[in-house]
Amino acid sequence: MDWYPLLNSLRIAAISAVIVFFLGIAAAYYIAKLPRLIKGILDVILTLPLVLPPTVVGYLLLRVLGPKRIIGKWVLETFGIRIVMTWWSAIFATVVVVFPLMYRTVRGAFESFDETLSYAGKTLGLSNTYIFWHIRMPYCRQGVLAGAVLAFARALGEYGATSMIAGYTPGKTATVSTTVYQLWQTGNDALALKWVIVNVSISAVVLLVVNMLEKRNGSAAERRSS
Amino acid sequence: MSLVVDIEKKLGSFTLSAQFETGSETMALLGASGCGKSVTLKCIAGIMTPDRGRIELDGRVLFDSEKHIDLSPQQRRVGYLFQQYALFPNMTVLQNIMCGVRSGTKEDKKKKALENIRIFQLEGLEDKHPMQLSGGQQQRVALARIMASEPSVILLDEPFSALDSFLKWNLELEMSDLLVSFKGPIIWVSHDLGECYRNCDRVCVMEDGVTGDVTDMDTLLSHPQTKAAARLIGCRNFLAAEKKENGIELKGWDISLPIETDKDGSLAVAVLDSAILFEEEGISAVVKRVIEDMDYAVMLLCPEGKEGPFIRAVLPKDEVPKQGSTVHIRLIAEKCICL
Repeated sequence: MDWYPLLNSLRIAAISAVIVFFLGIAAAYYIAKLPRLIKGILDVILTLPLVLPPTVVGYLLLRVLGPKRIIGKWVLETFGIRIVMTWWSAIFATVVVVFPLMYRTVRGAFESFDETLSYAGKTLGLSNTYIFWHIRMPYCRQGVLAGAVLAFARALGEYGATSMIAGYTPGKTATVSTTVYQLWQTGNDALALKWVIVNVSISAVVLLVVNMLEKRNGSAAERRSS
Repeated sequence: MSLVVDIEKKLGSFTLSAQFETGSETMALLGASGCGKSVTLKCIAGIMTPDRGRIELDGRVLFDSEKHIDLSPQQRRVGYLFQQYALFPNMTVLQNIMCGVRSGTKEDKKKKALENIRIFQLEGLEDKHPMQLSGGQQQRVALARIMASEPSVILLDEPFSALDSFLKWNLELEMSDLLVSFKGPIIWVSHDLGECYRNCDRVCVMEDGVTGDVTDMDTLLSHPQTKAAARLIGCRNFLAAEKKENGIELKGWDISLPIETDKDGSLAVAVLDSAILFEEEGISAVVKRVIEDMDYAVMLLCPEGKEGPFIRAVLPKDEVPKQGSTVHIRLIAEKCICL
């Protein structure tokens, strides 16, 4: 059994999760401060990938990143690099699809933050950066971690947009999800089943971690209110 | 050391207009909840921005809408004790207090924090988290943290609202002792007159977002200047009156008082409890009702042969006449205030 699809899936998911981790936190923090109308509009745009079919996201991405489209063309002419159909192309697709999960979870966690803690820090002379990383983030830690793990789990299972933007090239762009589809289509049912089992077990473990994080979060909130 | 505040801020239909000046003393900002006390403190601390006005601390301009000066909360050096103390839950007592120390290496900060831990009698609690402390201990940590940041003014936002009344007395004494070493202005926000009287030198009454004059506590008790102030000190009688040649006359009562006033037409007179004397030569009044309270009784008095207006008078329980009997009262003009 060639383990390349698993390695590829894991690295795409890991890199995407890291990118989404910071993007999601930044978005949740800054968008909360915007005027209500702009916040509402941005909220819809940023959450849209959660409800759109991944193929639609893939299509839209191809319209921008494809070698004959705005960004794709510019990158190809400037750096001589094609953005699509490489293993890392899947990262673009995964980041866009997974972003809303992180954004929504972190925003929820931030909303539960007691702003007077931040006020107190400011009057004591602590910098806004210090307050963010040493007071706000630890307070919201469980929510943020749950969001990140959830994002990683979803990234691991990304199929639609990935298959459109990275395609399926064995040993190059193949991921677990695209491999399962390919094997099933070519009638290699036994091997497809093996990959299905691998995928299900990894996802189950990840979800178990999410559950444990949320449970700890819940008991922490109980302690605080009592 | 002085703090000068003159600000305005609109919040929906509520308008805050706060003007006062205070020196190195404890000034009470007294008013019913929701009257804008906390908003005033937040504007001074820089957490909220006033629409107009000026805030000056020891000659330093913290905020000036005309000159577009608006220092950040970090630059203002305003110590703010929040209602629930706002201790950082993820940090220990020592780390919380170290957060207050503004400069120096980590070692310097620790040294100074430990010194404050000693002053505020928190030894042994250094490694505890705020959740493991009692309300009184949390308050001491919050104060130690504020003192470590060397503020130029201290704002106390209803410092005892988070505690049981059983604990309040002791902690009030403790807090006054701990604040003695602080040389700058202290603003003590409260809705409790007794708390202010016990702990503050002067007082500024706030009503519906508007501050009154800053007076000393005894002046507030003997001569409240507004209806809100009179109500806060527990005045029970606000009677309608009319201006006459030699003073004013209470409507419905055959009582004239030699009080001079600039106001015309119909007036309101606040009659303090201590203004009512029971004397044989006084005006007769009928005791319509007696309401017993815990340690005194309130009588509703009305003019003989009439149904009102009532004057509420207070007597010790064992001196209260029976319902329906007639008493004679006299009012002391100096203790009736024309509003």
